[in-house]
Formats: sequence, C-alpha cells, structure tokens
Amino acid sequence: MKDAPSHPHRRACLRLVLGLLAVWFSVSFGCGILFREWLDANAPQIGSAPFGFWMAQQGAIICFVILLVVYAFLMNRLDAKHGYTEDN
Amino acid sequence: MTQDHLNFIFIGISFAVYIGIAIKSRAGSTKEYYTAGGGVSPLANGMATAADWMSAATFISMAGTVALSGYDASRFLMGWTGGFVLLTILMVPYLRKFNKATVPDFVGDRYYSKLARGVAVGCAIFICMTYIMGQMRGVGVVFSQLFGISITSGVIIGGAIVFFYAGLGGMKGITYTQVAQYCVMAFAYTIPAIFIAMAMTGNVLPQIGLISHYTAGGEAVPFLEKLNNINTELGFAEYTSGKLSTINMFCITAALMCGTAGLPHVIVRFFTVKNVSAVRKSACWTLLFIAVIYLTAPAIGAFARVNLIEKLHDTSYQEAPYWLQEFEETGQMAWIDKNDDGKIQYYGPAKSVAGTHAVFQGKKPSYPTLEATDSQLVGKHGQRLLANKVDTSNPNELWFGNDIMVMANPHMAGLPMWVIALLMAGCIAAALSTAAGLLLVLSTSISHDLMKKILKPDLSDKDEVRYARVASFLALAVAVYFGINPPSQFIAKTVAFAFGLAASSFFPALLMGIFSKRMNREGAIAGMLCGILFTFGYITYFQFLDGTPDQYLLGITPEGIGFVGMLINFAVAFLVSAFTPAPPQVVQEMVENIHIPSGSGEASHH
Repeated sequence: MKDAPSHPHRRACLRLVLGLLAVWFSVSFGCGILFREWLDANAPQIGSAPFGFWMAQQGAIICFVILLVVYAFLMNRLDAKHGYTEDN
Repeated sequence: MTQDHLNFIFIGISFAVYIGIAIKSRAGSTKEYYTAGGGVSPLANGMATAADWMSAATFISMAGTVALSGYDASRFLMGWTGGFVLLTILMVPYLRKFNKATVPDFVGDRYYSKLARGVAVGCAIFICMTYIMGQMRGVGVVFSQLFGISITSGVIIGGAIVFFYAGLGGMKGITYTQVAQYCVMAFAYTIPAIFIAMAMTGNVLPQIGLISHYTAGGEAVPFLEKLNNINTELGFAEYTSGKLSTINMFCITAALMCGTAGLPHVIVRFFTVKNVSAVRKSACWTLLFIAVIYLTAPAIGAFARVNLIEKLHDTSYQEAPYWLQEFEETGQMAWIDKNDDGKIQYYGPAKSVAGTHAVFQGKKPSYPTLEATDSQLVGKHGQRLLANKVDTSNPNELWFGNDIMVMANPHMAGLPMWVIALLMAGCIAAALSTAAGLLLVLSTSISHDLMKKILKPDLSDKDEVRYARVASFLALAVAVYFGINPPSQFIAKTVAFAFGLAASSFFPALLMGIFSKRMNREGAIAGMLCGILFTFGYITYFQFLDGTPDQYLLGITPEGIGFVGMLINFAVAFLVSAFTPAPPQVVQEMVENIHIPSGSGEASHH
C-alpha cells in the first residue's frame, strides 16, 4: 500500500478498487451505521421502512452484489485493454 | 402419512443425492483433493461456496436474531455479506494468481519464513476447529429431534456421513455435493417465507412484504410501524432503532467483514476455478446466492415476530396453537404462569422496574428428572414445568430460543407438512456442507502445511493425500467429541474468537502481502503476533475470566475487538518493517507478479 505502483495496469486497478471501496464503505458503514439516525429521520422512506434501517438490512446487501458485478465487468475490461485476456 | 415419514423421505432422498454425487466425483490426485483440479465452473463454485459459507447456525438462528434485536442484527447481515466485497476485490484474484493450494502457503512463501507459516497454520486450524465443533453439534441436535435418538448418536451419524464424502471425495467431491445442498437450502428457506409474506402482506416477495403493509388484521397498516408499535407496547426497544452504541456496531460489523475476508476455508474455495477472471465471476455468483438467503432473513424475522406475538401474547394456554406444546416438548419454548391467570404474557425489559425480562434463572430451561412425580412435570393447564427458579423481578412469562423463528415459522403460518420436511432437509444440508468444507481445510492444513512444508519436506504426492485422509479422520473425531461434550457455553463464545482471530491475523497479513512490496518478514510476524495476542487476551478476559462490561475499551464488546486488533496489527507491522531490511528481490518480484492477472495456470500444491 505504501509504494507507488509503477505499472499503468496496476495503477488503473488500484484506482478502481479504491473507488469501489469508497462505495462499499458509504452504503454499509455510512448509510447503515454512522448516519443511520439522521437518514431515518430525514431521508425518504423505502416503502414503509426508514431509509437507514432499510439500507442496513437490505440496501447494503443489494449494493454489495452490484459492486461485485461492476468489479468483474470493469476489471475484465481493464485486463483486455492492457492485453491480459485469457481464453475461458 | 405423518410428519415424521415425510421428514424421513425428504432427508433420505437428499442424502442419496449427496452420496451419489460424492461417489461419482471422487478425487484421485492431490490436485483434485485440494482444489478439485482447478476446473470448476464459476457458477457451480459460487453455489458451493455459498453452501459452505452458510452454516447451520446461519440457517436456523439468524432470522431469530433479527426477530429479537431488529436493527441491531444488521451487523450480521452486513458483516457477513460485506466481507465478500473485501474478499473479492482485495484478496482472492491475487491469491489465485499466486497459485498455491492453501492460505498458509501464501503466508509462508510471501514472508519467506517457517515461523510465519507456522503461525498461519495454527490460526487456520483453530478457526476451522471452532467452527466445525458447532456444526457437528447442530447436526446432532437436528438428528436427535427428527428421529428421536440421543444427541450423541446424532453427532456420530452426522460425523460418519461427513467423513464419507469429505474425507474420501476431497474438494472435488464436496464441491459438487455442496451445489446440491445449496439448492435444497435455498428452496427450504425461501418457500416458507413466500407463503408467509402472501398471508401477512399480500405480497409474493418477502422483501417487498417487509416494506409494505400488514393486511392480515383487517385494516392495512405499514408493516414495520406495526412491529414498532407491538415492540414498544410490550416494553421492547423499537424494532427499527436498536440498542447498540454506534461505535460498537461499527467495530462489530468491521470485525465480521474483515474476519470473513480472512477465513481460510472461504478463500480456498476460489482456488478451484480456472483463472483470475473466473474467480471474479465466481465471486459475483457466490454473493448473489448468499444474498438470496440474507435478504430473506430480515423478512422472516420480522414476520415471525409479529406472528408469534399475535398468536401467543394474552392468549390462554388452552387455546394456544398446537406447536407451542410441540416446542415445549423439545425444550425450545417454555411458559411459566407467573401471575397464575392461565394466559401467556410476553413482555420486554421496559415493563419491569428491574429492567429485566428473563422468565427464569439460568440461560436455558432445565427440566425435572425422570423420577419426578406428575405434578412436578405437568402444570395445571397442561404446560411442561421447568426445574429452573422463576425470575420474579418482571412479568414476562414466555421463553423461546432463537432457532424457533425459522423452525416454527411453517407451523405458525399453517403451511403444509412437506414444507416442514423440506426445511429439515435444508437445515441438515446447511450443517453438512459447512462441516465438509471445514474438514477439508483442516486436513489440508495438517497434511500439506504442517507435514509436508514444515515437518517432512520429502513427502510424496500419494502419501500426502493419505495423510490428509488420516488427518480429516482425526480432526473429525475431535470435532465429534466436542460435539457430544460441548465445553459448556464454549462453542457460542468461540465464534467471536474465530472472526476476531481471522480479522486480526490473516486479513492484515494477506492484505499487506499482496499490496505492499516493502512489507517484510519481521513486520508481518510482529504484526500478526501483536494483533492475535491483543484480540486473544481481550476476548479471554471478558468471555472466560471475570471481566465486566464497564471495563470495555470504548464500550467495544469482545465481538468487535478483532477490528481494533487488526488496526494494531497494521500499525505494528508498518513500524517494524520500516526499521528492518526490505524483503529479498525474489519476493518483491513475486508481489509484482501477482498483480498481473493472466497466466495463473492450474492451481497446484507445489
């Protein structure tokens, strides 16, 4: 984590990973825990569920699945761009 | 046809399928034994990993935990799914590229040290052993309830079945068995939930039902609002608010997530697929399959709570539904008529001056011995009497275990008998699939990492598999022993250990090993030791010695301390590595190399 990645592929991967981690953190720890009370009170309800509560019990998990799909798609595209594709 | 017959048929059929698959895909070589030859399709591996990951405890107890603690249970829901995000984007693609069969293998090679490998082997064995004990116990309990045999013989039968296909079939055998087991589990979990959602909210999808309106009681009211009202009326905390402090909630969730990402038996699952891009695809499938169950659990929990309270609270015992008596028989529910009115009252802590809601003293109900007279066994309303002393500080009269929410759900909703039989089969599938996966990692840790890499480097391929089979037999024998004689509350408490240890040892060691070229042997070992010792010490002090809650560090419970241990691990590792020489050139090139996704080849154990 300390040393600067020299390879362009590695740098692009790291940027993608950090971006996804930021989303991962904000949907789970952010919406579900740290700002949950504020969101429960102020954000629009999901159906009849308070927003923060819903994020903690359902929304975060749905976002996790989407995150992994996005990760697989973008990483495969990055690999292809840098010529690392393998036949499946 | 009675319920017992149906249970028997469903479980019998599912067993025949598992064993048939295990025999058909038996492992021949070490490669097949450890990683199924590296050619499992991403979809199949995703299902198998999901089955491996979801234990009997998750399957039976999680919905119950949600029902009891509402929002607070989100720590498990998020922790055990969010960990897969970390696992997928930070760990497994790189570890797969590194191309070794086990996690201690990576630690040993990356930190060019037998000591590091040894520490990793020790942690892997401890984590898996903790888990497998609980699984064996779970299998025993289910078998004993189903067939009316003792728990001891239940545990032994379960152990024999697991040994048959995990010990003999290796990774290849269990992977394909787990695919079948996942299917059984998913149907068993979601079908009752769908029926109940339709009955209570008029929605087919339980997840939609949870956020829509409760329609079963005449006028439609928002479902969660109803649940909140019930909870506060009876003296419980509001369902959607919870009681845990934010910092504690944060730490527990983080410890569970990082622990998940460091669990050796989950990581090795991804060594069974063909290459790095298949690993990514497989991880998507895994999380999707897990999400099917995890998204249903909060709905089941909420529905079951409303159902249970509506059916039982303020109902006279004589008019209570039949399943109450059935669960009294099995010791999963208990009623003590404190105010002697013949009615069941269920109240929370806010209804008593003392702030308690325990029905009796002690954690579990105990019953009079066999020599007791009838008047000691059966109360005047026909209820089963307890031997526990009554807790008179509060008016709550109803006790039930966490497991009841899933197990009683089909009964409460009046579902057909085959649904209950399916649930039983699903429950056993959950326990067996997890036990088999763990057993495999245990045996590999012993035969490969301990015997071949540390004690006897000249072990041949064939001998290694033989050692693995012997090791899995021994490990299972120990697990069966502890399944029969659980060291009191030990098993439940050691779960905190398993996650804390994985979060404070494996997770940082792997992460730094993958992303930092500069991290060296000295730093990693010092970090791991400090992280483990801190976490181990903290949990031991509060769980097994006489630590009291007011001594908690910043109010963090032992469940969440693994997160702090992890931070300590990182800090120590970076500090020590800054003052010690950089790792050898070969290792640095190796780190460089694992970031190049192509050319991973077939997973090997050399």
